Amino acid sequence: MSLEVGLRHRQGAFALDLAFDSPGGLVALFGPSGSGKTTVVRAIAGLLRAEQARIVVDGQVLVDSAARVFLPPHRRRIGYVFQEPRLLPHLSVRQNLDYGGWFAPRGARVSAAEFARLVELLDIGPLLSRHPGRLSGGERQRVAIGRALLSSPQLLLMDEPLSQIDENRKNEILPYIERMRDEVRVPIVYVSHALDEVVRLAGRLVCIQDGRLLACGPTGEVLTRTDLPMFAQRADAGAVLEARVLAHDEAYALSRLACAGGELWVPRLPAPPGGTVRLWVRAQDVMLALELPQGISALNHLQGEVLALGDSGLGTVMVRLDCGGTPLLARVTRLSAERLRLRVGLRLQALIKSVSFPLAGAAAGAL
Amino acid sequence: MFHLSVEEWTALALSLRVAGVAVLASLPFAVAAAWVLSRTRFVGQAIFDGAIHLPLTLPPVVTGYLLLLTFGRQGVAGHFLAEHLGIVFSFRWTGAALAAAVMGFPLMVRSIRLSLDGVDTRLEEAAATLGARPLAVFVTVTLPLIGPGILSGMVLGFARAMGEFGATITFVSNIPGETQTLASAIYTYTQVPGADAQALRLTLVAIAVSMTALIASEWLARLGRKRAVGT
Repeated sequence: MSLEVGLRHRQGAFALDLAFDSPGGLVALFGPSGSGKTTVVRAIAGLLRAEQARIVVDGQVLVDSAARVFLPPHRRRIGYVFQEPRLLPHLSVRQNLDYGGWFAPRGARVSAAEFARLVELLDIGPLLSRHPGRLSGGERQRVAIGRALLSSPQLLLMDEPLSQIDENRKNEILPYIERMRDEVRVPIVYVSHALDEVVRLAGRLVCIQDGRLLACGPTGEVLTRTDLPMFAQRADAGAVLEARVLAHDEAYALSRLACAGGELWVPRLPAPPGGTVRLWVRAQDVMLALELPQGISALNHLQGEVLALGDSGLGTVMVRLDCGGTPLLARVTRLSAERLRLRVGLRLQALIKSVSFPLAGAAAGAL
Repeated sequence: MFHLSVEEWTALALSLRVAGVAVLASLPFAVAAAWVLSRTRFVGQAIFDGAIHLPLTLPPVVTGYLLLLTFGRQGVAGHFLAEHLGIVFSFRWTGAALAAAVMGFPLMVRSIRLSLDGVDTRLEEAAATLGARPLAVFVTVTLPLIGPGILSGMVLGFARAMGEFGATITFVSNIPGETQTLASAIYTYTQVPGADAQALRLTLVAIAVSMTALIASEWLARLGRKRAVGT
């Protein structure tokens, strides 16, 4: 279920020139607005004919300008969730959902049970007989997501699909996207501005700026690069921490986790002992010390080594640490950095307050 | 006063038939021309556009004469159609329908083109990504969305065809029962002394038909605008 994209295209003053690939799963396109993310997605869908392009999905060549191959959009079997819902106004919600099925090959049509399950999940059952003109913005977007998923796509393109959907509904739809990724194994290209969505969903992260590739790689790796101002200068910059649940301490409402660098106490997680979790550790919640301080409230300390230092804006320094295999980011003031004489290779202690982990189940919490 | 004679009924029925056939037969061409004008750009488009609209501005007698030259028995097209397809226009009601179609054509194209311009092409893109080939997109998305525009164009074309006089009388003359439409009949009555009542009666009929058509067209156009705002 691999994806390979190479594009070169000019549109007025804007030039797009980039290439990336993905072994499958969900790849997130991340970048400021106007960087060319939507152009990339449109080219993959076949709605834009790039000057030079090569796009291969799972071994099937969709476009190869060198070989003069260009598969028209209707033959690509792509589910495209646009930024705006684009529902067909003359059809009812049910007909909109069925629309993709009218053209899907006989064997690929979605079963009635799957239809019912998705309708329930997106909570659009009561809307089925209505027309799009009578729906709210969030309702339309949910129907649009359902329509793309029900067209039994072999590649799913989602251009900021959740931007108009409220937080609670988002947390209900995200697991479904995860299921598409993990169970149905549909490769997904996901455009988003929301870091929490990217961290939660994307195995691979592609960063684009001004039509060029800034970085491409496993999400955890790209996010902890200190040389990407796009992340290093964000207020909520941080690292993904993968850990295994060791045990729960009900008395204190805490969970004990094991990660590659050591053990951690975090607020009680819903995951069972033995399960793995992904946690988002914000750089501003990580404290650095040359020696392990005594008599301190912070429950978590990991020993690490400084891998890189970078400017993180407003007189602060972003420190990238390796804690026995777990990458971690810490944001400290330049004053602290000079006092501690931070340099690459320095060994020190990273301290993380347990309460700084967002509460389990919250948007950016247990990922 | 409101009792129509047999000849008057014949003229009204002929007018309705001529206008109906004119609209239905020219509809596919009108949709195609509107699509070309709305969705494509090519060299010479202004000339194409102008040629379609020419019957609106030319004196109808010129249009009728041009039709006579091309579709009359001696005309290139007329000769060909009579030889190979057995379709004869000159001095037949079919000729009146052709003249009415040509005169109503620009109105139909305008109306359909306007509604095509109003269609959100992003909806057509969405349909394409869902697997609909271009023809299917046209039938399942574009046509339904421009439906009211097509209907209002048909109504306008029909009204124009009902009112056609100059081109018809030049092309196919004024033969009662064959090419004498409502307009020609009124003209004939005005030329006969003492037939004022007949002329006035048919005039009222003509006003009623045109008024109905115009109100229907406006209503359909409003329906179309309402429908287009649905995304």
